[in-house]
Order: sequence, then C-alpha cells, then structure tokens
Amino acid sequence: MEEIIRVDNLSFSYPDGQQALANVNLVIYQGETVALIGPNGAGKSTLLLHLNGILHSNGVVKVFGRPVDDKNLRWVRSKVGLVFQNPDDQLFSSTVFDDVAFGPINMGYSEAEVRRLVTKALDWVGMAGYEQRSPHHLSLGEKKRVAIATVLSMNPEILVIDEPTSNLDPRNKWSLIELLRGLAITKVVASHDLELVKALCHRAIVLDRGMVIADGATSRILADMPLLRAHGLAQAKIS
Amino acid sequence: MKHSFIDQYSDRDSIIHRLDPRTKLVTTLFFILAVVLTSPNRWQAFALYFFLVATLILLSRVPVLYVLKRSLVIMPFVGMIAIFIPFFKEGEVAGSYNIWLWQISVTYSGLQVFWNILAKAWLSILSLILLTSTTKFSSLLKGMERLRLPRVMVMLLSFMYRYLFVLVDEVVRMRQARDSRNFGGGHLWQIRTIGNMIGTLFIRSYERGERVYAAMMARGFDGQTRTLESLNFRQLDVFFGISLGLVLILSTVVNLLY
Repeated sequence: MEEIIRVDNLSFSYPDGQQALANVNLVIYQGETVALIGPNGAGKSTLLLHLNGILHSNGVVKVFGRPVDDKNLRWVRSKVGLVFQNPDDQLFSSTVFDDVAFGPINMGYSEAEVRRLVTKALDWVGMAGYEQRSPHHLSLGEKKRVAIATVLSMNPEILVIDEPTSNLDPRNKWSLIELLRGLAITKVVASHDLELVKALCHRAIVLDRGMVIADGATSRILADMPLLRAHGLAQAKIS
Repeated sequence: MKHSFIDQYSDRDSIIHRLDPRTKLVTTLFFILAVVLTSPNRWQAFALYFFLVATLILLSRVPVLYVLKRSLVIMPFVGMIAIFIPFFKEGEVAGSYNIWLWQISVTYSGLQVFWNILAKAWLSILSLILLTSTTKFSSLLKGMERLRLPRVMVMLLSFMYRYLFVLVDEVVRMRQARDSRNFGGGHLWQIRTIGNMIGTLFIRSYERGERVYAAMMARGFDGQTRTLESLNFRQLDVFFGISLGLVLILSTVVNLLY
C-alpha cells in the first residue's frame, strides 16, 4: 500500500510553553479510514494542523514522501483536505457557493472547472441547490456538510476531519456518518465519539498528553477496556 | 438563533431587484451626492428627489411601512447632531429664550439648515434602504468588487456580514449566562461585569479570527484574493442608469442656474 502521510518524531509546544505533542510517529496508508481518539486536550487538533502544514515543528511530516515545507504548501493543501471542528470558522463567505469555490479558485482552476467542482462537491454531501444560501441561515448539520464540501471541492487525496459529529443530534450524526462512509477516499477522523469510530474506522490511534499510546485495529482497541479507561475514553470503574 | 437580516426582502422579485448591483450602487451614490449638494432653499428639487425615491420604492414592492420604520431608526442620531445648529447659526432671530443665566436665541437661517439636514439625511437613508432591501448582500459585495473597490475592503465587509450574527449570538448567550447567575449587586459591580464581558468577547473574536485564517490557509489561501466573475449588464441597466443619471444632472444644473 502507498503511504500518504508519514509523521516522524513530531514534537510541538505552544508559545506558552505547554507541550502539545511529544515524539509522535504514525503512517497513514492509501484507502484507510483512521480514527484519532483521545480525551479533551490530548493534542488531536494540534496533530491535524500539522498534517497540511498550518503548524510547523521540529519533526518531519511527509506527504507522498515529500517533506512539507514552505515551498510546496499549496501542493500539500491540495492533497490534504482539512475540515475544522467549528463550521462557523470554516465557512466565512457570504454564500455557500463562494465558500465551496474558495479552495478551487485558490488552486487556480478555470471558471468552468471551478463550477463543475463546486457542483460535484455539493452533490456528494447532499447539499445541491444551496449554492446561493448564506451560511448563517443553515442548520448545524447543514453547515457541517457544506464544510466538508469546501474541502472535497479541492479533490484532495486524503480527508482530515476534526470532530465531525460534535454537537449533532443522533439523526444528523448518523446521516453524516453514512455520508462519510460513502466517500471513497482516505480519511483521518479525530474524535472521542466511539460510536462514530466503531461505525466508520478500520484503524484507531489513541493519543493522550501528546503521545501515541496505542495504534491498531479498531475492534481490538475498542475492546480493550483498561486502555480506554486509563485514557478517559470510557466510564471509570465504579467501585 | 434567528435574526432579522440586513438584506431583508432582497430575495423578492421586481424590476429594481433585477437590476445589476453595480447599477444600483452607482446610482445610489450619485443620488446621495445630488441630494447633499442641492442648496437648502430649493425645495422643488427636494420634492423631485422624494418623488424619485418614492416611485422606486413602490416599484420595488418592498413594504412601504418597513422602509419608513427602518428610516426612522436612524433619524434620532441625525437629530442629535443637528439639534444645536439653530442655536449657533447667526442671522435674523426667530425667537429668544432666557433659561436661568443663559440667553438662547434661534435664528431663521439656523432653522432652515436644521430641517435641511434632516431632509437630506432622510432622503439619503431612504435610498440606502432601497438599495439594501432590493440587493442581496452577497451581490452587493460582488458589485463593489467589480467596481474596483479594493478587495481588502470588500473582504472586511464580507466578514462583517458573515460574523455579525455569530457575535450577536455570543453576546446573547453571555448575557443569558450572566442573568441566570445574577442576584443583583451594586451599580459598580454590574459595570465591572459588562467590562469583563466586552473583554471576553474581544479575546474570543480575536481567537476566532485566527481559526478562520487557519481554515483559509488550509484551502490554499496565500494572501492573494481571487474571484470568479459573473455579473451581467442588461438593457434594463443601461436604461435605468441613463435615465436616473439624466434626472439628477438636470436637477443639479437647474440648481447651479438659480
């Protein structure tokens, strides 16, 4: 299998000195759907921000074997599509169309190509016909879908999503999981929603205090109750 | 949460709605210029302007009551600025009052300037309300962009429109959180709380700005702004632009002759 992302010995501290990542190593292969699970503050989001070069650190992040540096940032961002947790941060334009078209336009595609990509991306997420709506008129479930479309329209090789189901009600959550399951693309999903992880991901990586604690098949990791308890992912034993 | 939006009624359909946003922007600008530059004693011109804007409002099928209500919201601010003018303008005295130690007099020319400021402000506001309630905010932004308004300014306006209500929601939630824990307290205490809330809101907005910027970068933003072009001038625009332009020019020329 081809390696899409390789992270070697990545450490990162925020300006206030707080260590967010410590010697993280991981490889994502083509066609996988990988869950990144861990309690609040484990460093999940920080790790995601490294995957397409928004944050830089001492370690090396490689995309398709090429180290991410300042010169190939645009290429990296066209390959690694990153969806942020809060759609109000992700959707900043005055219409849905402008938002979904933002990435393709930055990639320098022609007008006809941009329109085609926008239509296709909105179709994928079931939001066709919403082009001229304003993002603040949408419900949270709709916003999440459009946020995913804004990244899909760039035709990425890998989709990286931060907490896709946070704050969604069960119906919206399951329809979003179905949607993600239907996308034939490599995915990395950061979440502490174990239902989502179980339904969507083949492989799970447990992250806590900036360190990779475990990495393996989802079924094995979710069955390891002592591990989940130790890292705040299951109810503590009531004694 | 639901709010009434800046561009309420802009999704309706009428001749005015169908005009190109650029046509509307430019004619509105010229209308306001003409109104502001007309000398105060020419009430015929003001009648003409009022007739013009009233006709357009009727044509646009935006509810008249809504337009009137909205225009009145802004008038108190204009009034506050203009209210002192009758007292300071020199000229023939219309009335003079003694209030304790001060003698205050109102002049005719001052009164004329006063009503004139109100009339000009009201006419300008009417035309702006007409513009914003017949044009979607996003098309307005596109129009500004195509009229070569600097992209940075258009983006600022776009972000303002997008996040205004996000921030309003945040304020409403903070106020609810405060009120549900508030058991009175002195006046000074309350002011302190409001100060804290403003500070928190500022920091939150700043952090949101950083997250939005990261989301933009994640989609290939490199400081350059690019756009698709898709607006069309039609015959209607040419007709509307030329005819309104002519009326305004005529009125200005007549104004100069007097």
